[in-house]
Amino acid sequence: MITRRALGLGAIMSGVTGTLMWRLRDMQLDQADAFRLLAEENRINLRLLPPTRGLIHDRNGVLLASNEQNYRVVMTRDDAGDIDLVLARLQQLIGLEDDTLARARADMLRNRPFVPVTVAERLTWEDISRVAANAPALPGVTPEMGLSRLYPLQADMAHVVGYVGPVSDRDLAGEERPDPVLLIPRFQIGKTGVERAEESRLRGKAGSQRVEVNSVGRVMRELDRVEGEQGENMHLTIDARLQNYALERLEGQSAAAVVLDVNTGDILAAASAPSYDANLFVRGISSKDYNGLLENEYRPLVNKCVQGMYPPGSTFKMVTALAALEAAETDGRERVFCPGHMDVSGNRFHCWKRAGHGRVDLVSALAESCDVYFYEMSQRCGIDRINAMSERLGLGLRYDLPMTSVASGLNPSREWKKRSRDADWRIGDTVNVSIGQGYVLTTPMQLAVMTARLASNRAVLPRLLRDPLERSLPEAASLDLRPEWLEMVRRGMTRVVNDRRGTAYSSRVVDPTMAMAGKTGTSQVFRITQAERDSGIRRQEDLPWNRRNHALFVNYAPIDNPQVAVAVIVEHGGGGSTAAAPIGRDILLAALNEGRPPLAAYPTSQRNRISAEQSEMDDRLRDLRSFRVSRA
Amino acid sequence: MSYLEYNTQRMPRGAAKMLHLNWALVVLLVAVACYGFVMLYSVAGGSAQPWMQPQMQRFGVGLLLMIAVAMIPIWFWRSMSGLAYCVTALLLLGVEFFGAVGMGAQRWLEIGPLRLQPSELAKITTIMALAAFYDWADMKKISRPAHVFAAAVIVLLPVLLVVRQPDLGTALLIAAAGGAVIFAAGVHWGYFAGVIGSAIGLVVTVVSSRGTEWQLLKDYQYRRIDAFLDPTLDPLGAGYHINQAMIALGSGGWSGRGFMEGTQSRLNFLPEKHTDFIFTTLAEEFGFIGAGSLLVLYLMILGFCLLTVLRSSNRFAALLAIGVTANFFLYFAVNTAMVMGLAPVVGVPLPLISYGGSAMMVLMVAFGLLQSAHVHRPRLPT
Repeated sequence: MITRRALGLGAIMSGVTGTLMWRLRDMQLDQADAFRLLAEENRINLRLLPPTRGLIHDRNGVLLASNEQNYRVVMTRDDAGDIDLVLARLQQLIGLEDDTLARARADMLRNRPFVPVTVAERLTWEDISRVAANAPALPGVTPEMGLSRLYPLQADMAHVVGYVGPVSDRDLAGEERPDPVLLIPRFQIGKTGVERAEESRLRGKAGSQRVEVNSVGRVMRELDRVEGEQGENMHLTIDARLQNYALERLEGQSAAAVVLDVNTGDILAAASAPSYDANLFVRGISSKDYNGLLENEYRPLVNKCVQGMYPPGSTFKMVTALAALEAAETDGRERVFCPGHMDVSGNRFHCWKRAGHGRVDLVSALAESCDVYFYEMSQRCGIDRINAMSERLGLGLRYDLPMTSVASGLNPSREWKKRSRDADWRIGDTVNVSIGQGYVLTTPMQLAVMTARLASNRAVLPRLLRDPLERSLPEAASLDLRPEWLEMVRRGMTRVVNDRRGTAYSSRVVDPTMAMAGKTGTSQVFRITQAERDSGIRRQEDLPWNRRNHALFVNYAPIDNPQVAVAVIVEHGGGGSTAAAPIGRDILLAALNEGRPPLAAYPTSQRNRISAEQSEMDDRLRDLRSFRVSRA
Repeated sequence: MSYLEYNTQRMPRGAAKMLHLNWALVVLLVAVACYGFVMLYSVAGGSAQPWMQPQMQRFGVGLLLMIAVAMIPIWFWRSMSGLAYCVTALLLLGVEFFGAVGMGAQRWLEIGPLRLQPSELAKITTIMALAAFYDWADMKKISRPAHVFAAAVIVLLPVLLVVRQPDLGTALLIAAAGGAVIFAAGVHWGYFAGVIGSAIGLVVTVVSSRGTEWQLLKDYQYRRIDAFLDPTLDPLGAGYHINQAMIALGSGGWSGRGFMEGTQSRLNFLPEKHTDFIFTTLAEEFGFIGAGSLLVLYLMILGFCLLTVLRSSNRFAALLAIGVTANFFLYFAVNTAMVMGLAPVVGVPLPLISYGGSAMMVLMVAFGLLQSAHVHRPRLPT
């Protein structure tokens, strides 16, 4: 009996073992490929390698935007288990702020559990080594190294270069098929300025990496990698040294200054004061800092060079003069009597000089900035010709610049008024426009372009990017203004600065190799009431800041062979000759002398004061030698 | 037939007994253990620590223990059966009241420096007690209800105590091995039909009790059942381990991915890779050649064990050998079926290969008993 049953049991056991063998054969031989594939899927992860962003240089190779090593700690909720415990240990280890932890915790809970979230960035090497050494106690925490944008010149280039920031949902919404690199957590793209406008060139192409991961997703080794393409390096026309000087010269004001090469249109400097440190935005600006920038009445976030639109005031008078000359309504030598005011269709238009200028021709009208002369000329030639000349000199155009929110200004015309105001153009409108008031609005960039065109008789357009390999500088097409007209306008501008009666005589340059021509402008922000006029014109200093006049100054030099043109506006600065002209002169001299105005160029009587000002400023100016890098 | 009927004149005596050991079986056991050493070295990432070296020491001790047990005459073991069974029952009761809790279950008993797992002990002593019972009983009466009831009590007492720990896997294996002994003794097949029928009924009851007040199993046991029935249902939860195990096993192919090259085990996708899931690492790294040859070795061990059974005319020895054989078979069959997705994930080690002290010792003692039966088998008068 036992034998029989034992044999029966033996048969059952052999049968079961045979079945197991069959199953093994089935899995390992017939289905091996399918399981092999699953095993590979298990262990191999494809990762994107963020490309290295292109560098941005100034015209001399100074680094304006670079990339720095950034050590950070990334955490994945799935692998961490008890995230509070792990975060608490992390805090103990590298001393993180409570709100950093709270933000990381919220990030993790908001995202899907396997999405890595950056807990802390910009850690020191010591901190990151400590995290790596304590890895077993910190499940789900990975120390990582990446590149982060750095703006070595901090505030100097904020408005031009702009800044980068993490990809937002809005950035993604704009793209039909977003570059997969944008989905890398915390990937940074250009938000403003050149960084945004040239994003596609600066970004480069992502590489990819196949890594072997273990069951909790930790990378064990790299299997292979395809290197991405580094972003293109950019070379700007800006001279960082001049930009630094201009911004420091505008310190304390709400102001803007643009410096152009009159022949090529290269933007040598575009300073908008006050500025801000673009690095704050890269690192994630605190709401306190951000609100501080937003609420500042000097509007530091706005790039006033291209976004700020101001009535050009008397700096517009060259346009009116050329329009009248072109219309042959005057030969320029003809004299017009200025009694201090002019009545046009029942309204009285005043000259800034109550007593009047007497008899003035075109040159002296520009030099002394007589308003009545231009009232007269504008009525003769009409708004259409002024509008055409204005456009010819580059006003009212939106320049194609890689900057944020480039404004077109306003070059008013009959059609424009009909269209936007549904009203007919009146003669009074023309009279207002003739001295750069009324509807006309310009940006500092446009005024600089106008000045450059007057100085060179070329249709220069501003440009910010340059090809570092270009050999001969491209010259703009001729503007075809008749030389004798230009000669008269330039003579007027020369006398503004160099004639005893000129409005900017106190800002003259005595060195003949840097002799300067210019034009002051003072534009009203609020209409002067009749009551104020009767009670005697109130002094600008007595008005609240935001009711004071804008001060403008445009200039170029040297007179006989113009090289650079400058436009300066000081918001609510009072008067062009007092507030803007000295700044315009200093920046122009700096542009002609590698960023530092020589004392010898100033009139002897002013040198003591200027010298004191310069030595005070020298402390603040950057020594750019340490930032200079050899060009590739 | 009692031990007095042995022709003691023909029994090998003293050191000569060594020559009468079933050496082929010893060689097979050593061969299987060597598979284990290689795998423990591999899953430790190419290191003798922490598993391979202790395992080798234990196996060495186990071999000596096996030989020692084999030297002692089988009739001594028969007379010890009752006592051993009672001690085991007391130890199981001790676990019930004083046991240490590990892995969510009370399994160990700390006696001084010793850590005892009485459920392992119960595997042998239950078989011994049953074999002794049938040796004592009148063979003509064993199919009577009273006798069947007595045998059932012998099996169910330890089984119930183990279930309460709770260790369902071990309990089921003790019951199955006991059943094999009762079956081999010659009890009427109708009882087995009845037991199997009621087992099916029990399964239905257990499954339907889920989620009710009188739920019979713990939640994790239900989840294991679910994962067993459909591992793809929850690949990251209950079914994760079995899925990963099957991937590892299947990806081995014909010749495997190479020693220490198994990605599933090296990258920690496998759970318990040094204990219950060690077969998957073997199959992954050495493929069908490695895993299949291990099954062949197991089958050969079964064959030699059955040979011992057939050659024992003594009923105690034969039934004890049957029990040991069935126990061994159940272990490797359930373990491999589990990792191949044919059986639920229960904590059953792969015999002689999985890392673990208690199970190894108990298994070697069991083989010692079988060897004792072999050495002290009746020989034809010359």
